[in-house]
Amino acid sequence: TTEVFAGIASVKQILGVLSGKGGVGKSTTVAVIAFNLASRGFSVGVLDADLCGPSLSKMIGLKGNIHSCDQGWVPLSQPVGAGIISAVSLSYLVENQDQAVIWRGPKKTAMIKQFLQDVCWGELDFLLIDTPPGTTDEHMAVMECIPNCSVILTTSPQAVAAADVLRQVSFCKTTGANIVGIVETLSGFVCPNCSDCSLLFNQGGGKRLADHCKLEFLGSVPIDPNLAKHLDSGTLLENKDTCVSYLSYCEIVTKVLDILGVNCEPMQAEDGG
Amino acid sequence: GINAEYGEIPENAPTSCPGPTSNNAGKLDGCAGCPNQKLCSSGEFKSDNSPAVVKEHLIGVKNKILVLSGKGGVGKSTVTAEIARGLAMQDFSVGVLDVDVCGPSLSRIMGVNGEAVHKSSSGWSPVYTLDDIAVMSIDFLLSSEEDAVIWRGAKKNGMIKEFLCSVDWGDLDYLIIDTPPGTSDEHLAIVSLFKQSKVTGAVLVTTPQEVALSDVRKELNFCRKLKIPVIGLVENMSTYTCSKCQTKSQIFPATSGGGAALAASENIPMICSLPLDPLVGRSGDNGLSVLNEAPDSGISNEYRTLVDHVVKFCQP
Repeated sequence: TTEVFAGIASVKQILGVLSGKGGVGKSTTVAVIAFNLASRGFSVGVLDADLCGPSLSKMIGLKGNIHSCDQGWVPLSQPVGAGIISAVSLSYLVENQDQAVIWRGPKKTAMIKQFLQDVCWGELDFLLIDTPPGTTDEHMAVMECIPNCSVILTTSPQAVAAADVLRQVSFCKTTGANIVGIVETLSGFVCPNCSDCSLLFNQGGGKRLADHCKLEFLGSVPIDPNLAKHLDSGTLLENKDTCVSYLSYCEIVTKVLDILGVNCEPMQAEDGG
Repeated sequence: GINAEYGEIPENAPTSCPGPTSNNAGKLDGCAGCPNQKLCSSGEFKSDNSPAVVKEHLIGVKNKILVLSGKGGVGKSTVTAEIARGLAMQDFSVGVLDVDVCGPSLSRIMGVNGEAVHKSSSGWSPVYTLDDIAVMSIDFLLSSEEDAVIWRGAKKNGMIKEFLCSVDWGDLDYLIIDTPPGTSDEHLAIVSLFKQSKVTGAVLVTTPQEVALSDVRKELNFCRKLKIPVIGLVENMSTYTCSKCQTKSQIFPATSGGGAALAASENIPMICSLPLDPLVGRSGDNGLSVLNEAPDSGISNEYRTLVDHVVKFCQP
């Protein structure tokens, strides 16, 4: 039997977002899904397991340093709608954000395990885990700590991206992860002037991959410069309703909750929420 | 732990200690009982002569260029491929090496996806494209496109060493090395293996977003720490011009000034700005080059500027 890591003992559902390919919206997907779940009243933790390129903290707009208490490290947190988001990232532990984290495998593995063991995540409905590209020591650490982890895979519509994700599917199967489904991001761009839809990153890769691997296709998310802008500035919370891609993500979350067998309204929903 | 880099005698060693990097490490009579004996005799601390082997093996390669980012998905492999083709069009002899063992995109983009390598007495032969560019990638060594490469750092390092020491590159004007995102085992392996042969320079690739620039700043920090000369910065996916109405859109808004601002503040050359052209994605998937498919396009002009910059930088 595997020991249950102390830090995550009271987390109801853990969901990793993986890809294999870089730059296809893993961090974006974690950030937006986290906001959406929290808006529905869930308590959501987000863990950025991408130690070299921790984009997530910038996207969710939480800044600061993590402190430790007797029980361990305390995540940064913020109420979002009827729910709450708490976050842990390496960027909350370093002083100089421009400093390169040049760590070899064993050190990265140890850090990930600390994030799961020594952080007081508390009682959470969800813990979302953002991962780096590739199949690295970080991924292996997550899978070792959380056997049968539920996983969403992201890809762009290009064959080049889907090819990397195909390998990631094999990795997930080897480690016993439970693949919830595939999300296709960067799925077309609608010109704000003439509404012509352009396939900037080719087309079809996500659905083809899902069909080939007999996985659920959770949906596609269009290219949304507005979303990109707000994620850069950490202003998504106040502006999510102006982002066309947010609606796509809402539908994806509803589908994921359905697949995971989670009630769409959390038990602790506030009255009138 | 033992600081074996300079062959220092450990504090807990007996007086007769020959040093952990000696050929007699752990093997002398006086080593019996020393707590380090097991590790010493296994050769654990013996100086690694890989950099010398790499230098020897790549003696015919004039310039070694790294393509780096820090951020994933900004177009390192695409830029690597087009630099290689642009150089080949100027009649240079070029090789490309993909050390992204988890996500080896380069072989597809170069149009040699699914090829096999042969082993001869002079090592592995790279796969040659129609325009005579030598390509090596782990992709050629995997039996199926579904195989995941689930390797820890040490094994990845071993593979990279094989790529540098066991591939028969021949005489090349340029060897361009595509890297995975981040600053980890693969990057350290490359720098370490090139310790004696010297990296000529690194091209950094970014998109305009702050999320990307943030990672590229770290990569620049890495280059400076490890004394890798920086050729300059390429901003990719800059602007999209609608094919119907010609309206320009910034797909990835440059909330903090984009590549130009980063280059200026870090005092590195801003080489070029590549527009987001749907042709790139289609070409990449089909192993074609925009330099061939659309030689008069804006993006091809920018790529030629990039290639000229690289050539100028590398001139002795």
